[in-house]
Amino acid sequence: MIDLSIDFAGIKSPNPFWLASAPPTNSGYQIMKAFEAGWGGAVWKTLGVPTINVSSRYGAINYRDTRMAGFSNIELISDRPLEDNLREMEEVKKYFPNHAVIASLMVDTREEWIQIIKDVENAGADGIELNFGCPHGMCERGMGSAVGQEPAVLKTIVEWVMDAAKIPVITKLSPNISHIIDPGLAAVQGGTDAISLVNTFKSIVGVDLDSYAPYPVVDGKGTNGGYCGPAVKPIALNMVKDLAQHQEINHVPISGIGGIETWRDVVEFMLLGATSVQVCTAAMHYGFGIVREMESGLRQFMDDKGYQTIYDFAGKALPNVTEWKHLNLEYDVKAQINEDKCIGCDLCYIACDDGAHQAISLSSNGNRIPSIIDENCVGCNLCALVCPVEDCITMERVDDGKKDNTWHERTENNTIPVTFNDDRAGGKGHYVPEPIEALKNRL
Amino acid sequence: MAEYKRPQSEEEFEYNFKPKKPLMNDTEAYYESSRCLYCYDAPCIKACPTGIDIPLFIKQINTKNVKGSAQTIYDANWLGNACATVCPTGVLCEGACVYNHQDVPPLQIGRLQNYATSHVISSNKGLYKPGISNGKKVAVIGAGPAGIACACELRLLGYDVIIYEAKEKPSGLTVYGIAPYKITNKEVLDEVEYLQNQLGFIIKYNTPILKREQLALFEKTYDAIFLGVGLGATAQIKIKGEDLENVVGAVEFIEELRMTHHELKIPEKVIVLGGGNTAMDAASEAARMGAEETILAYRRSKEVKGAYDFEYDLALGAGVRGLFNVTPVEILGNKKVEAVKFVKTEVIDAKLQTVTDSEFELSCDMVIKATGQAKQRTFFDLIPNLEIDSKSRIVVNENTNQTSNAKYFAGGDAINGGAEVVNGAYDGKLAAKGIDEWLKTKA
Repeated sequence: MIDLSIDFAGIKSPNPFWLASAPPTNSGYQIMKAFEAGWGGAVWKTLGVPTINVSSRYGAINYRDTRMAGFSNIELISDRPLEDNLREMEEVKKYFPNHAVIASLMVDTREEWIQIIKDVENAGADGIELNFGCPHGMCERGMGSAVGQEPAVLKTIVEWVMDAAKIPVITKLSPNISHIIDPGLAAVQGGTDAISLVNTFKSIVGVDLDSYAPYPVVDGKGTNGGYCGPAVKPIALNMVKDLAQHQEINHVPISGIGGIETWRDVVEFMLLGATSVQVCTAAMHYGFGIVREMESGLRQFMDDKGYQTIYDFAGKALPNVTEWKHLNLEYDVKAQINEDKCIGCDLCYIACDDGAHQAISLSSNGNRIPSIIDENCVGCNLCALVCPVEDCITMERVDDGKKDNTWHERTENNTIPVTFNDDRAGGKGHYVPEPIEALKNRL
Repeated sequence: MAEYKRPQSEEEFEYNFKPKKPLMNDTEAYYESSRCLYCYDAPCIKACPTGIDIPLFIKQINTKNVKGSAQTIYDANWLGNACATVCPTGVLCEGACVYNHQDVPPLQIGRLQNYATSHVISSNKGLYKPGISNGKKVAVIGAGPAGIACACELRLLGYDVIIYEAKEKPSGLTVYGIAPYKITNKEVLDEVEYLQNQLGFIIKYNTPILKREQLALFEKTYDAIFLGVGLGATAQIKIKGEDLENVVGAVEFIEELRMTHHELKIPEKVIVLGGGNTAMDAASEAARMGAEETILAYRRSKEVKGAYDFEYDLALGAGVRGLFNVTPVEILGNKKVEAVKFVKTEVIDAKLQTVTDSEFELSCDMVIKATGQAKQRTFFDLIPNLEIDSKSRIVVNENTNQTSNAKYFAGGDAINGGAEVVNGAYDGKLAAKGIDEWLKTKA
């Protein structure tokens, strides 16, 4: 029997799917609707100091026919009166006592922190999330990412909060920093119960070619936004991994955020150590119903692999994320083209010839099915990645699998190459065309 | 029973002749253009007689550079808009699309091409200016696709061009001979006007060139002459009864239909003779004009008919009935046609033979002969030293389209015996370059 429920630093939730603190959690109406749709928890849109918002708040990256592959916003924290939010929070908890309602908070002084924590505890919040992430607007007032980018300040505020809070505290980190360990460690040292990441990335999502202003354009001007959506997932995954592998940090649970839209994204975040996930862009794009695909896929995955709870596999990929120097230099794969599936677009040919290692040749008989030049194929994957046909180009292992030899081991054994004389050095094992061959069509 | 009601008004005519490839809207064009794989050395380009850089123009539509897209098309083909809708794309570019190999629908290249070219035509966005005048003059005989293309290219190269056209409208069979569900008169005329506005070639309408004296004057006045004279009227099939009332040639029938639309009255029962694309068009059109019964009779089998399968399917869809392996021996009637006497045929020793005692009669009120157009033999005889092949086609140098009489160049149906608009467009452009090279070497 699969049990999707979680206990995240003491916050109980019927499943690991939470809505991130954002426009979809702006009101009790939206959160109740989300819980009805199947979400296990919601982090209320950040409550705090009074704000006003501008008109035109979002921008997006569309990739070919894909809308909102990346998404950016310049909206601030909740601009609704605090008392309305608190009253609605209470009502949500009345109808959904077993769902997780987490209050995201962002205020300035210690007194304000103490007061607002008391307020949300009284309203029945199951936990608190500290918003140290927003990279637009609020940071200009010394909050949001202005805190997230200063580990010492962050630690101090976490300490204030831990002093005051009776319910679990999640510290939400900003990714706008070169070394995510620094704020992560500061949060743990400040005593946080859990960490969530990532908040949005400081970004300019595009420039309007007529008004010469960045998107979203507000009366001829714009400002940097916070970037999120599917495009940021890889960066978020890496940051989650960094914290989950860190021995002084990984005893606190991590809530993964960043471009999560499908069950695959959910499982990937969990394999790298997250034990709850938060979603915003996908809900803004498709509505709350998107959670059904996530839940169904997660259950299918767990069923296929024989897992009962998410804790059975959380962090399972972490031992396999290592440094480059520990990768096996003997491992060797080469591309193989399935001629029955090939449609002759020759994208693999041009990608390899222009963008990689000149390891694919065009067909000489006019059927447009290219072939791999084994001696030149370095197993880079590019051809398989550009191929538009499912499972047409596969990477097949060609070494005997018996040897394991890493850069690290070679360093230890004093056998690292000192000139470009190693068998695997570029140009040694494979043919590199002469520069003049690039001009053969001129002749 | 007829599939179509007799059109009584222009609206009803338009309903019966709804465009087969309607203009895409912006959303359709955006999603469709997103699907292009941007193949290397793309097969669609090779399948296009004019070699349009199809992946490039599609990418330009997707990036909202629609004017640039139209430029890509017109740079290769002066009849970019007409070809977009009248080309048999299923056997040319779209037939070559690599998606076909995985049973994915091919890109709708024709409709995308129409989208881009219609955009510049309807908004009158100019793309070209005439070249700096080189003081030389060229006469173009025939304002069909080949003549128009030749004139455009010559203007670009700085030549003065006058086109002599026998009829009152430009574009030859594009306006007079193509089924109305493929392209409307307005579309054809708008494109010619669009080109003429930019490039300023002159068209003298209702000016047939029929006499040696006219040509002699041209030879004196002009530096070169281009022959884009196409084919002549429907050829005689030389059977008894051919001169009865309501026995018409397909080209003449389609021309009248295109000029008079719903005012053309079609009798109840129509027999179309022939198995080529023009026969399919004529049969389809008779059915769409509300004929009770339309029979397409061809002397050979369905498998070896000259028409594309999709054209035959189109005719069947309009309610046409196919009758194969029959040949007409006599058209019966008293003043007006009343029936056709056929005899069955079979192939014996690779030769088509009639079956003895297999004669039968089919009653009808109209016979449309789609058995081929006559060649312009009489006209060709007016030009000294003009080499003509055994099929009465003008012989040209395939790299320059120059004829055996150096001053004359030729293209289109006059050299290929009857092909597509796109072939004419290619020929005209090639001839213009041939003329330019020839006059430069002469000087």
